[in-house]
Amino acid sequence: MGKTIVEKILSQHAGKDVFPGEIIVSNVDLAFVQDGTGPLTVDQFNYLNFKDIESKSLIFIDHASPSPRKELSNTHSKLRNFCKKTSANIYDIGEGISHQIVAEKYAKPGDVIVGADSHTCTAGALGAFATGMGSTDIALAYGLGKVWLKVPGTFKIILKGKLPFGVYAKDIILFLIGMIGADGATYKALEFSGDGIKNLSMESRLTISNMAVEAGAKVGIFPTDEKTKEYLKINGRENDYKEIRADDDANYEKIIEIDLSNIEPQVAFPHTVDNTRNISEAVGVKIDQVYIGTCTNGRIEDLRVAASILKGRKKASDIRLIIAPASKEVYLQALKEGLINIFLEADATVLPPGCGPCVGVHAGVPADGEKVLSTQNRNFHGRAGNPNSEIYLSSPAVAAASAITGYITDPREVLK
Amino acid sequence: MKLKGKVWKFGDNISTDHIAPGRYFHLRSNLNEFSKHVLEDARKDFADKVNKGDIIVGGKNFGLGSSREHAPRIIKLSGVSCIIAESFARIFYRNSINIGLPVIELKEANEINEGDILEIDTEKGIIKNITQKKEYTFIPFPEFMNKIIKIGGIDEYVKKYGDYGV
Repeated sequence: MGKTIVEKILSQHAGKDVFPGEIIVSNVDLAFVQDGTGPLTVDQFNYLNFKDIESKSLIFIDHASPSPRKELSNTHSKLRNFCKKTSANIYDIGEGISHQIVAEKYAKPGDVIVGADSHTCTAGALGAFATGMGSTDIALAYGLGKVWLKVPGTFKIILKGKLPFGVYAKDIILFLIGMIGADGATYKALEFSGDGIKNLSMESRLTISNMAVEAGAKVGIFPTDEKTKEYLKINGRENDYKEIRADDDANYEKIIEIDLSNIEPQVAFPHTVDNTRNISEAVGVKIDQVYIGTCTNGRIEDLRVAASILKGRKKASDIRLIIAPASKEVYLQALKEGLINIFLEADATVLPPGCGPCVGVHAGVPADGEKVLSTQNRNFHGRAGNPNSEIYLSSPAVAAASAITGYITDPREVLK
Repeated sequence: MKLKGKVWKFGDNISTDHIAPGRYFHLRSNLNEFSKHVLEDARKDFADKVNKGDIIVGGKNFGLGSSREHAPRIIKLSGVSCIIAESFARIFYRNSINIGLPVIELKEANEINEGDILEIDTEKGIIKNITQKKEYTFIPFPEFMNKIIKIGGIDEYVKKYGDYGV
């Protein structure tokens, strides 16, 4: 019997044929933590008496970056010291969000990547088995070079056709999550395929894979193709390319077809990601803050779309518009292209790369009763740091168009 | 493992933000302090009133969201002996097993009421609702997970066996 992409990658890393439901031990190509989950990993690494690191290991200071308070500065210091003592590499403040840097510099087709961050699944866009775990798991991946896993069954998501004008990757994944629910793919792998994916840039695929976990999935993976090759080449890693695809007779637990030409801009209403609606049902909701950035939508493609809408315009005077590039590379590119000028002239506040406003740690915590429209991946109660506020999720296009009017706005009205 | 305790009932989609709110990010290195805020955004008085051995019963998709292992850790630290839910989010489930906190999927979880007294045999897969005089069965943990829970966590397991031993 043939294998899905995930079954192929895990068979290779477990050194035997694996099947859905089986508990296996898999070798790990890359393991990482961030400043929220890393300190516990360091404690567990020490508790387990590990001395050396057995896998490629990274540490990112991206969640509270730069540190907003002394307790967090102390945990940052702990992570820096750990990197001095071991072969783990650190990406310190200003470098960017883990998932973006992993995509730019590390993720290879066919890899097993584990991170102590739920959105580690982002790297699935490059054909890697990438999944989020806990701090202790990563301490073990650091120390043993392997992790225990249950092999997931796979849902095949066939994307057909082409997205209409004003509709983006974020709308596809919000649409899918709305369709199957926040637990619709729990413990499963989502494998994207179909003729529609060839029209999706790597950046768009990263957005889709990023949110696989919001449907409960373990991984959201794409087969590799010319777009994968091109992305690796742009990032100076063309030798990392490898062809990864499922066998024609692979066994899927479920097959879901989505015609991209039927999708409209989507908005997820508070407080669950699957509470999605077509833009027409969201238009007119008064907002207080717009946030464009995060590991979901802080890439150059996203900033270009936002800039195309904001160019020559101003944000509404009674809202805050916060924009954060996902990494230093993205920031530099945005500077080169004049996008940062456009944002500042639109009266946006541009933050350094990082996760702050999404995770609710600093730099954009809403006031009681306020509504935030964000390009992030989650809108749970209290997520942005205040349980008395509400978060709506959308594409960068909806976010930028709404920043201009102060109300949730259909970007197609502004783009035309 | 045999457990007995009083039930605290929660609804669907209790996220890691409800359990371990992001605004207490700075307390992640001080879990005893963090556990004073456990589940605060789902139920304000939970941390004050929970007693050792108590059992949490949730609805669908319990623990969705972040990979933060701190979430099940502060639940365990608060004295909770076990979580029963209709279904769990994957990372939370995994983290709970890894730290030795039993998490049981039971499709009839909604029949259990706040304050009910339960008796659980994790190895036989039996839940007795003493209050309602009802009994439920669930599929016991696979052997590997059972070993981890029994020994008190994957860290203790690997310390003892030197590896995963799967």
